Amino acid sequence: MQNERFVGTQRYVATEDLSMAVAAAVTLGRPLLIKGEPGTGKTQLAEEIAGFLGRPLYEWHVKSTTKAQQGLYEYDAVSRLRDSQLGDARVHDIGNYIVKGRLWEAFCSEVQPVLLIDEIDKADIEFPNDLLREIDRMEFYVYETRELVRARHRPIIVITSNNEKELPDAFLRRCFFHYIRFPDEQTMRQIVDVHFPGIKKELLAESLTAFYRIREVPGLKKKPSTSELLDWLKLLLAEDIAPEALRATDGKATIPPLYGALLKNEQDIHLFEQLVFMHRRTTR
Amino acid sequence: MLVRFITQLRDAGIPVSVTEYLALLEALKAGIADHSVDDFYGLARTILVKDERFYDRFDRVFSAHFSGLESLLDMLVGADIPEDWLRKLAELQISPEEKAKIEALGGLEQVMEALKQRLKDQKERHQGGNKWVGTAGRSPFGAYGYNPEGVRIGQESSRQRSAIKVWDRREFRNFDDSLELGTRNLQIALRRLRRFAREGAAEELDLDGTIQATARNAGWLDLKLRPERHNSVKVLLFLDVGGSMDDHVKVTEELFSAARTEFRHLEHYYFHNFIYESLWKDNRRRHQQRIPTQELLRTYGPDYRVIFVGDATMGPYEIIQPGGSVEHWNEESGAVWMGRLMAAFPRFAWLNPQPERYWEQTSSVGIVRKLLEQRMYPLTPAGLERATRVLNAR
Repeated sequence: MQNERFVGTQRYVATEDLSMAVAAAVTLGRPLLIKGEPGTGKTQLAEEIAGFLGRPLYEWHVKSTTKAQQGLYEYDAVSRLRDSQLGDARVHDIGNYIVKGRLWEAFCSEVQPVLLIDEIDKADIEFPNDLLREIDRMEFYVYETRELVRARHRPIIVITSNNEKELPDAFLRRCFFHYIRFPDEQTMRQIVDVHFPGIKKELLAESLTAFYRIREVPGLKKKPSTSELLDWLKLLLAEDIAPEALRATDGKATIPPLYGALLKNEQDIHLFEQLVFMHRRTTR
Repeated sequence: MLVRFITQLRDAGIPVSVTEYLALLEALKAGIADHSVDDFYGLARTILVKDERFYDRFDRVFSAHFSGLESLLDMLVGADIPEDWLRKLAELQISPEEKAKIEALGGLEQVMEALKQRLKDQKERHQGGNKWVGTAGRSPFGAYGYNPEGVRIGQESSRQRSAIKVWDRREFRNFDDSLELGTRNLQIALRRLRRFAREGAAEELDLDGTIQATARNAGWLDLKLRPERHNSVKVLLFLDVGGSMDDHVKVTEELFSAARTEFRHLEHYYFHNFIYESLWKDNRRRHQQRIPTQELLRTYGPDYRVIFVGDATMGPYEIIQPGGSVEHWNEESGAVWMGRLMAAFPRFAWLNPQPERYWEQTSSVGIVRKLLEQRMYPLTPAGLERATRVLNAR
């Protein structure tokens, strides 16, 4: 089946190079590894691709305790032991105790699915290595039942990483890679437009200026990202804040209202308040 | 042609393999990048580069490799292109909807004019007067014809930048890990330190594993153990303060205090230029509250890892001569004190915030390196990585 080129959706703005990366990954059937600052829409990308192409989405969220095997299948030995002690007839077929993982489910899909492996860097360092063959050949072997599971359609795999661990080279070789940069003001406008179509021009302009000003404050522990901006705008709209309240009047910097949505820890808030205070003193 | 490009990437230190080269060819064959340089750039980067650290290097190699191609094109095309020829060409590239948009903006002429203006602006902002844009200023054909998207810049979407700009702007410079520590690099460096901290392998009972294994064993108890993850690393940090070092010291302090939870013990002491018989913990009270180095040697055991941070730039006599210190009279030379520290703490490293290539120029750096058995590393994520390897050695 020929896939249309992903160019973003109603709710998601894809830049040119991101769309190119997706096109390459979809056409050549390679997994696409996505990195970027938190809150730039890495996880959402898979949902949007699935929505755009009209494909089912399988999500596999990785935690620090996740093993690669869990994505394939798990042998539930404990219930089998219990059944055997209770004399259940099911116990004779080991297949009853094989629990399918997300990867297996994706392999069974009737149409080409989208598979999201979210935050792969959270898992153990060996995790990606354990998936090499599965990702390469799209097949794996179930030892308990001696069957070979093969993908009916090569899934479109999207993998996200927050860079907490380095991924092994052998794994990277098999992936395509894209780094989602923090959007510039123009793109940000498009993104906001997509999320709040009715937003007033002045409010948008003022809030974006305030937002980028905060991002430029040196020494912030966690810079506010796109998702935080969107939350903040939601609050501003809900509270019906006038755009003037955001403006730095006569050179005096003000603390933007509801800034708690943008700055997420007390050191940052403290630093920011201090800077604003100092700025006020100097301009007075 | 592409083979040379690949080798150049490899020479620049980007790990590109044959697999990726073949994948790129496959992608080109599949027609994903429909013969525009922008697309090719995006595609090549997606396939060949696997880490944003290398984006900057990739941009540089790309620019160097393909700028030759462009000047060739320039030569072929020549300088004088009839104006209407150009317009024809531009019209060919424009779809009906786009035409309507252009009409709304006041016709093609104005758009072209605006575009020319924009390109000119670009040139001025661009350091070194890049030939791509330069050419475009005088002979618009170079820009429009070669890169049809150029026309679209003039309309509205500034996202649609000319690709040349993208790779010549070098926006990913900050991600290169051979750079000094910046805020983003700091995070990566932290992860290195964290890994350094997660050492030690006592065993603890793996309850889930035991239940699983026991069930598989049809009820026979099968105990499973796993290595316990705990932070057993103890660190002594010696920081050079005063003068040129202050900025770097701040970064380093931040780095280590952020990683503080990962270490079982982390103590820091300050010194000026070099280590002598006393150090201090509080910069404001450095003259009142001095701690004898001898006391440190007694207090901390050999399981502490010692990290010095300093630029090691000073007069050689400050290291090797008794009484060489710039601040006070020292009975014994700095080298003697350093030797004592090294003997007491066999696992040590020196982090130098100065770029490695300048080290040769300062003789005191050479002396310190020799004294420290060459265990001096630049204060970059890559340097930290090397340092942690040494510090972890048994």
